[in-house]
Amino acid sequence: MPAETLDALEELLIEADVGVAATNRLIEAVRGRADDGDLRALVRDELLALLEARPASPSPDVSPRVVLVVGVNGTGKTTTVGRLARLLTSEGKQPVICAADTFRAAAVEQLEVWAGRVNADFIRATTGSDPAAVVFDAVSSGKAKGRDVVLVDTAGRLHTRANLMAELDKIRRVAGRVVAGAPHETLLVLDATVGQNGLPQARAFLETAGVTGIVLTKLDGTAKGGIAVAITAELGVPIRYVGVGEQIDDLLPFSAEDYVDALFEPVW
Amino acid sequence: MFASLSERLQEVFASIGRESRLTPEAVETALREIRMALLEADVNFKVVKAFVDRVRDRAVDREVLDSLTPTQQVVAIVRDELRALLGDGPTGLSVSSQRPQVVLLLGLQGAGKTTTTVKLAHWLKQQGRHPIVVSTDVRRPAAIEQLSVLASDAGVRVHESSADTAVVARAEGAVTTGREMGFDVVLVDTAGRLHIDDDLMAELEAIKSSLAPSDLLYVADAMTGQDAIKSAGEFNRRLDISGVVLSKMDGDARGGAALSVVSVVGVPVTFIGDGERIEDLQPFHPDRLVSRMLGMGDVLSLVEKAEQAVSQEDAARLEKRIRRNQLTLQDMRDQLASVSKMGPLEKLTELIPGMNQTASQLPDGAEVNPRALKQTMAIIDSMTRRERTHHQIIDGSRRRRIARGSGTTVQEVNRLLKQFMDMRKMLRAVGGVSRSRRKKGGRRRLPTGMRFPMG
Repeated sequence: MPAETLDALEELLIEADVGVAATNRLIEAVRGRADDGDLRALVRDELLALLEARPASPSPDVSPRVVLVVGVNGTGKTTTVGRLARLLTSEGKQPVICAADTFRAAAVEQLEVWAGRVNADFIRATTGSDPAAVVFDAVSSGKAKGRDVVLVDTAGRLHTRANLMAELDKIRRVAGRVVAGAPHETLLVLDATVGQNGLPQARAFLETAGVTGIVLTKLDGTAKGGIAVAITAELGVPIRYVGVGEQIDDLLPFSAEDYVDALFEPVW
Repeated sequence: MFASLSERLQEVFASIGRESRLTPEAVETALREIRMALLEADVNFKVVKAFVDRVRDRAVDREVLDSLTPTQQVVAIVRDELRALLGDGPTGLSVSSQRPQVVLLLGLQGAGKTTTTVKLAHWLKQQGRHPIVVSTDVRRPAAIEQLSVLASDAGVRVHESSADTAVVARAEGAVTTGREMGFDVVLVDTAGRLHIDDDLMAELEAIKSSLAPSDLLYVADAMTGQDAIKSAGEFNRRLDISGVVLSKMDGDARGGAALSVVSVVGVPVTFIGDGERIEDLQPFHPDRLVSRMLGMGDVLSLVEKAEQAVSQEDAARLEKRIRRNQLTLQDMRDQLASVSKMGPLEKLTELIPGMNQTASQLPDGAEVNPRALKQTMAIIDSMTRRERTHHQIIDGSRRRRIARGSGTTVQEVNRLLKQFMDMRKMLRAVGGVSRSRRKKGGRRRLPTGMRFPMG
């Protein structure tokens, strides 16, 4: 295989933030099979196999299903919760939105606007109160009213802040006390512009918050969010949704094919 | 896990042998490690390529400093090149005669513009300025309210204008209010937007041409990856930004995006945000980013030792005292003073070989905060010279005097003395480790940057 082509491939993957380790692994995987055809097609197949071999979203028999949304600051958690609610209502389901971000100024008000737009139940806390308490209220309320899903928005926190990470653990325990097995899904919201720090982020949230899936937001820019590939490869956490625009309907279930095609698309 | 560049280079050169000169092969191996470390720090692919080429040119040419090993030579070149790239131009805000001076904050969604706006207002107040802030984010739900809440918590004046929903009008209103009421800086927070969103970029151009701001600060997330140059580049192309604010530096991201932006876009980093509190915004120091990106604080200290004979003597003296267990409170104060000028304090123990394990043995609550550091120095400053060198003589009456002098309590003085004695004990243990290593393999000394963990 011509080294030049491999170099170009390496550049493409690294510039998409896939990272050195995962890029090397992908290149090693195709290096020996050069003659079998188009290099790109080979890498494409490797990527598809990696991204498609993922555990399905847990679907427990219990109701309500509790979905916890976590991540570092500014990745788009609150917007994602609003859009997830929209996806659910469009499927005819009744979600409860729980505003457990009691830290960021006006986060609750921001989410309240979203809840109004999709006409969902909204359980709020006052700024500065214990987020676990409002989660307890929301899950209890969802259970009492027979709602399908409780969506919990949490405050952004850097994964290096041990005490804030411990708070997530408390939220999980409180939710589990009301509904068996809750939270059933914990989504890590990842900004597509994030670089190699996405991996330690995912690792930390996996360890303390039991992340079961990734939401990759802001894919409508020029960033490719390739670190999500490295996260899936390294930690086995699948990508569940992608955010592709500013409108309320711009959250889509993840499609490995679309994603990989976009990865190879020239930027601008 | 991420192995720091210094460790990697040390491994590379350990296999070559301590006494050998820099061979081209050794340089290539080292360059591979440098490339890897920079890519893992999110420096842009193309920037890394150019950077590695430059280091190669210099590494092959550079005169050999006799006291240095190859590792340190290469690291010194890397450090110099990084410093050269990041520049040492003025940071902070520009000096402007415009009254009120207008500062525009812009960037992608979620970069931290609103938080930075209020932090910057707080910083300006500390500088004796009179800032007023305004939000022009009429799109994100509750964005305007977020700024209001943050600003009122910080005691910063907000230009409220519920009537104005037009973005430019809101900003103009704030400038008018600012002028009429005697505010000398207007900080304009803008909505987050994608650099490829033509309409919204045009909106920023309209604000710019209406207000003629002295500073256009692009707020960038320190965790940004390879995309940093595309987004910052496009913002710069359309708006001619004057500086970058690197936010969320309190995480463990290496912040290599800053290097990309500075070298490709050609705009300096002016401030960094490194925490959730309102005070957590500082003018940018290139050196801190350099050592952070490469995780090479310890090696930097070693290089500095080689280059600064004076501090080398100091270090030797300090080392001797530690070995003889003669460390004094004065030594502690000197080190704290240099520590307070340095980077993230939590990382300090990493500077000392063999200290990483020791750090985990520190008592809980040994987490460092700058205020505690200041207080500790104040306590030592309130001691007599003799007390500083002979801590044993500090009795109850002296403790009361010291507490009064430093504006602390006797309990706090007691705590410091206890920490000091614990530290002596701990350092004796470290000194013992070094001694045993010395027997086995060559000379090993504590680096110049011998720092103290301090709570």
